Amino acid sequence: MRRNLIFILMSIEIMLNGTGVAFVAAGSRWGQPDGQIMFLFILAMAAAEVSVGLALVLRLYHLHHNLDADAANEMRG
Amino acid sequence: MLGLLWLLPAIPFASALALAVLRFSRKQVAWIAVGATAASTVVSVLVTIAFLSAPPVAHAYTQVLWTWIDVGGFRPEIAFYLDPLSLIMTLVVAFVSFLIHLYSTEFMIDDDGYSRFFAYMNLFVASMLTLLLANNLLLLYLGWEGVGLCSYLLIGFWYRDPANGAAGRKAFVVTRIGDTAMVIGLFLLFHDLGTLQIQELMLRASQNWHIGSPVAVAAALLLLGGAVGKSAQLPLQTWLPDAMAGPTPVSALIHAATMVTAGVYLIARTHVLYSLAPAAQFAVALVGAATLLIAGFSALTQWDLKRVLAYSTMSQIGYMFLALGVGAWPAAIFHFMTHAFFKALLFLAAGIVIDALHDEHSIFRMGGLRTRLPIAFWTFTIAGCSLSGLPLITAGAFSKDWIIWGAWSGPNGNAGLWIVALAGVMLTTLYTFRMIFLVFFGEASSEVTKRPGKAMLIPCFVLAFLSIVGGYVKAPFARFLETVLPWTEGAHSVPITELVSEVIAALVFLMGVYLAYIFFLRKRAYAAALASSAAGSALHQFWFSDWGMDWLYDRVFVRPLVWFARVDKGDFIDGFYAGVARMNELAWRILSRTETGRLRWYAAGIAAGSVVFIAVVLFL
Repeated sequence: MRRNLIFILMSIEIMLNGTGVAFVAAGSRWGQPDGQIMFLFILAMAAAEVSVGLALVLRLYHLHHNLDADAANEMRG
Repeated sequence: MLGLLWLLPAIPFASALALAVLRFSRKQVAWIAVGATAASTVVSVLVTIAFLSAPPVAHAYTQVLWTWIDVGGFRPEIAFYLDPLSLIMTLVVAFVSFLIHLYSTEFMIDDDGYSRFFAYMNLFVASMLTLLLANNLLLLYLGWEGVGLCSYLLIGFWYRDPANGAAGRKAFVVTRIGDTAMVIGLFLLFHDLGTLQIQELMLRASQNWHIGSPVAVAAALLLLGGAVGKSAQLPLQTWLPDAMAGPTPVSALIHAATMVTAGVYLIARTHVLYSLAPAAQFAVALVGAATLLIAGFSALTQWDLKRVLAYSTMSQIGYMFLALGVGAWPAAIFHFMTHAFFKALLFLAAGIVIDALHDEHSIFRMGGLRTRLPIAFWTFTIAGCSLSGLPLITAGAFSKDWIIWGAWSGPNGNAGLWIVALAGVMLTTLYTFRMIFLVFFGEASSEVTKRPGKAMLIPCFVLAFLSIVGGYVKAPFARFLETVLPWTEGAHSVPITELVSEVIAALVFLMGVYLAYIFFLRKRAYAAALASSAAGSALHQFWFSDWGMDWLYDRVFVRPLVWFARVDKGDFIDGFYAGVARMNELAWRILSRTETGRLRWYAAGIAAGSVVFIAVVLFL
């Protein structure tokens, strides 16, 4: 399992792109424009997500001086 | 013009809401609160003029606003009902409340809770007007409980002293006992007659029930229970003396206009029911007669100026109950009106005295204020004379003589009740002039630090005027009320005439003044010697503690209940709920383990969860 926060973010990006491709493919299969519109939405959302995500990663790096996701477990029960 | 009726309770209610929610400066608060009650009074006067100039059909006007609830044939409306009875009551309540509000603007000026005070006061007036105008018993009950709530809030107004909070709670709990009886009465009425609309109810009651039928007696007695609680009559009177913990204008409002007269109104409103249940009606008379004596004796022994007045109110409401019980219905309402004037004035004048002496309540530490607070002296004396029934001049004499006469000549009257009523005059005169002599005559014993301003004096002047002239309207008053509350004089033969009864009452009054003069002004040593003798001091202590009622209730009800609660702390039901709490704690311990703070576990959890979820959706 990956523990590096940057890798986790990248994986999320790839997953989002995967859904985007699936939408485009489905749109082309049934000849509908909706698939491509959905892809544009996902693109915008992914851009927002990555900017917030990177900001959080930067703050976490300041706090812990590493990028290990498991180090940030202060909120355990 | 009659269509304005709904504004009567609506204006003070809106003002209470605004004062409770928004923030205003002191000056604005005073204007809003007094303005609302003044507007209510104006509306009340307009409605009265419209009612008198063109009396509606059957001397009653109903204004239906909307249907409140509609379930299974139970269909109470938010509707107001105006007839001569509710008209007189609303007029007096609105006007006296307005004067008390005006007085309070100055009296409460240094208080932190200025806005809160007036919000409660306005809500109090709105509730009382709702109670008076309600056309069904459920809406009346809403006003009834609103009045109870406001009395609780205002008695405990200075909540930083725990004793005041306790007094407020006591008033609330004790009146709640009566209210419970009343609710059961309402259930009974609805169950048997199928409506709560008052006029319809009275009609059906007289059609379906014969005179003296057990269910009518039961319903009347249950309603009497509610009235007894609210009006501080025996045996639920113990809350009223403690209610003096509130600010003085509150006492004036509770005693004169709102709250304690609600019970009188309820019985007058449902008087048809009491005519069907002579036993219950006689119980009303007995309650009134007993309370007026007991409270009169207690008033004689109190040293706190406000407590004397509190017992005096109990005693005067006792007169009203006596009048209701013997069937002299209009006499009770007439006494309500004059009592509203002079009792409000007594409290307002007492407030001036207490304020001037830096919150001194003990009448033994006052004295000689006649020359230093002349206006308080004259207004208080006028109100006191009216209270004790100075014949021919004051309003109180007219209403009280009517009740005394009714106690014998009324449909249910007899000589015993007449003698009790006369004894009440004696007691009233004694304690009233005891107050006047001790507070305003004799030697000065404390310093006057404050003098009342215009806002405090004007209401006193107006009320003093009304305490005198209020009695001259007796004949038109009785004629006006005739359609609602019939007064049948001479239902049975009485060996004396009304004039003789009045002369005897006047003689009793003069004797009372003379005795008070001897005991409390000329030869104070007599009273002291009487109070310090063995039997005298025991009796004094007994009367001072309200005939040991508080002690008795504490032993009979409060302590056994507290004891049982303590013993029964760990019973089955308690154990069950403690078990539920423990189960939850266990579940919390287990679940908190899963909250590791590790992102990977959460992601894995979400993924696994969605897989399971999708699988369920796809394959089931």
